[in-house]
Amino acid sequence: MIPAEFRYLCPSTVDEAVRMLAEEGEDAKVIAGGQSLVPVLRMRLAAPTALIDIGGLTELTGVRDDGDSLLIGAMTTHYEVQRDHLIHDHALLLKLVTDTVADPQVRHRGTFGGSLCHADPAGDLLAPALALDAVMIIAGPGGRREVPASEFFVGYFETALAPDEILIDVRVPKYTGWGAHYEKLNRVAQAWSIVAVAAAVQVRDGTIAAARVGLTNVGAGPVRAVDVESALVGQPATAEAISEAALRASTGDGYKDNLARVLTGRALTAAVAG
Amino acid sequence: MHISVNVDGVTYADEVEPRLLLVHYLRERLGKTGTVVGCDTGNCGACTVHLDGHSVKSCQMFAVQANGHEVTTIEGLARDGKLHPVQQAFRSNHALQCGFCTPGMIMQAIDLLADEPDPDDETVRKGLEGNLCRCTGYQNIVRAVQDAAHRMRPGAGPKMEQHSDDHVTATQPVGGE
Repeated sequence: MIPAEFRYLCPSTVDEAVRMLAEEGEDAKVIAGGQSLVPVLRMRLAAPTALIDIGGLTELTGVRDDGDSLLIGAMTTHYEVQRDHLIHDHALLLKLVTDTVADPQVRHRGTFGGSLCHADPAGDLLAPALALDAVMIIAGPGGRREVPASEFFVGYFETALAPDEILIDVRVPKYTGWGAHYEKLNRVAQAWSIVAVAAAVQVRDGTIAAARVGLTNVGAGPVRAVDVESALVGQPATAEAISEAALRASTGDGYKDNLARVLTGRALTAAVAG
Repeated sequence: MHISVNVDGVTYADEVEPRLLLVHYLRERLGKTGTVVGCDTGNCGACTVHLDGHSVKSCQMFAVQANGHEVTTIEGLARDGKLHPVQQAFRSNHALQCGFCTPGMIMQAIDLLADEPDPDDETVRKGLEGNLCRCTGYQNIVRAVQDAAHRMRPGAGPKMEQHSDDHVTATQPVGGE
């Protein structure tokens, strides 16, 4: 289908983009890579009066080293995340998750920040962002503010972003040397996860020193499996300890409970191995 | 909105509605009907073109987003009447039946080979994950991409540029998947 008419605006700075959003009102929408938004517009599930295209804001692309953490520009594409050496070395889980997002064409256009703002509960990047304690850095009319992932995803396709705000950067603490794995169950190529589990594990001298586990598509937003995490800490990195901890994965939703436990076990096993 | 886009080596300046999809711009304004619309939902990849050298689905972006950028379509691949090695490999390996998915398959295969010059079977299948074919069962498509990789391998020398219909390097499939 052909989308409804909209005004198309191309800001050249973040501040200009924020100003445009305020001027256009709450029926305006920011377009990043557009790989979720364009289909939505074409199906006329949304009909914004204006699209503010931040695709030209090169200040929002790339990954920077910021001491104990990485700063990932919101407009960094999935393709760039997959190949970034800082992400590979310090946030391997994000690379492994991004490898599974959609298909190569979509990964060339789709962006890290755009996926988080779209907040599709089946979107792959929400659970790892939550599990890795990512912090969203947001620009608005009142300046900049920071929102932790645990407060950013507030519901089904819903985030803490106000209509006049833009996600500009994502701060991710460094997980240097952690093992990681994303275990995703989907029936066919390109399909969204039925359930997926993002796991990162730090093993020291055969003992699990720390663990992060996030679940994809088991609720209105991403879910952090805190019971699994706490059951792992201090345990030997063995199949028995992992099986025991994985049983604590819970979704409150029938068959998905079982899936979450099985996939958590697989994700942790692979994360500990690598 | 006024846009300026380089398509297949030619710069076009046009006035377009913001909601005009890139694929419709290519087909209806520029007459580049080699790029086709398959599914209309972003799944099939038939409309794949290159934007600044990377594959994109041209039904998943607006023409205005291509302003100031370079687009390559299937129509921009042949040189001096000679098919691109990937086009030739598709032809030689019978990698198409109805041909509808072929423009997208070829554009995505070229993108894949830029990142993976010598892909194994699994890498080709993953690389073409965003392209659907309803005729071939993919066997000959995978074979064609690997044949193209062989043809384009650095050091292949002048043979790389030699195209002939009888040069079929792959064997026919034995049984199905």
